[in-house]
Amino acid sequence: MQNRIVVGAHYGLRDWIAQRVTATVMALYTVIFVVSLFCMPEFSADAWRAMFSSGFMRFATFLFWLALFFHAWVGIRDVLMDYIKPVGLRLALHSVVAFLLIGYAGWAAQILWRL
Amino acid sequence: MANRTMKFQIYRYDPDKDAAPYMQDVSIEVDATDRKLLDVLVKLKAKDDSISFRRSCREGVCGSDAMNINGKNGLACLTDIASLKEPVQLRPLPGLPVIRDLIVDMTQFFKQYHSIKPYVINNDPAPERERLQSPEDREELNGLYECILCASCSTSCPSFWWNPDKFVGPAGLLAAYRFIADTRDQATNERLDNLEDPYRLFRCHTIMNCVDVCPKNLNPTRAIGKIKDMMVRRAV
Repeated sequence: MQNRIVVGAHYGLRDWIAQRVTATVMALYTVIFVVSLFCMPEFSADAWRAMFSSGFMRFATFLFWLALFFHAWVGIRDVLMDYIKPVGLRLALHSVVAFLLIGYAGWAAQILWRL
Repeated sequence: MANRTMKFQIYRYDPDKDAAPYMQDVSIEVDATDRKLLDVLVKLKAKDDSISFRRSCREGVCGSDAMNINGKNGLACLTDIASLKEPVQLRPLPGLPVIRDLIVDMTQFFKQYHSIKPYVINNDPAPERERLQSPEDREELNGLYECILCASCSTSCPSFWWNPDKFVGPAGLLAAYRFIADTRDQATNERLDNLEDPYRLFRCHTIMNCVDVCPKNLNPTRAIGKIKDMMVRRAV
């Protein structure tokens, strides 16, 4: 009974869509970022700070980081589901990854609004 | 064309006799009339009847003689010997338990196939002759119904190697879409519910090994994409 295979958690579509949407967000941001980079008057720390001082750039960059973290969450969870067979260990690793990514999101916000 | 000698390395394992599997070097004279790998295998079997493999129709319809040929899954009966680099390495389909030599235990593969209920579910009383479809609706089933369940695709899929007990696999999902796409079937919602699962469907990461090896040139990846499309249309 303990070892019977159970399958049918009935989720996954939302994550699959989210992975595609977040990939699009990251691709769009990459274009915005590269264009902004080449529009800088000079390659200096001051110009870099100025670039990130605009509300739009902060918003877009934060959105990029959130997209990256959610994308990474789905991807890393998939890798763990493939290779880590003991359920307890898998749950522990899922939790570590989730908390790390949430922490990174907070850290990214702090860096962006400190600039 | 003169007779020539072909060199083979064949995976041998008889669990009653061998402690571990090994590769056996074999060579055999082939005639100008020998075209397909299965012809040569049958010759090899005549020379050494301990070599075991499955075969039946010898024309790519039954799907019995699927094996790993020079590192790529395929049907021995559809593989031209002229196309093979020597020594030809023959191994059983990867990822399934080996029963003996090139014969694998397909139980897990068929379990997944059965799990998608591979038959039309229609609770209306059967009409006098047959349930009709428009030619356009029938068109959608092309490229789906031709699957011969040889397991070449599923056993070339890493997601199926890691989770053969949970991931339906390309062959099963192709069959699943065949019934989801069938306008005569009334269980579309249940079928989609059954597949909406991180293991059963979403282990597919679209690497398309299945498309690469299918001896019938079918495209399970496209069928899987269409299942996901339908789920999106249902949910969004």
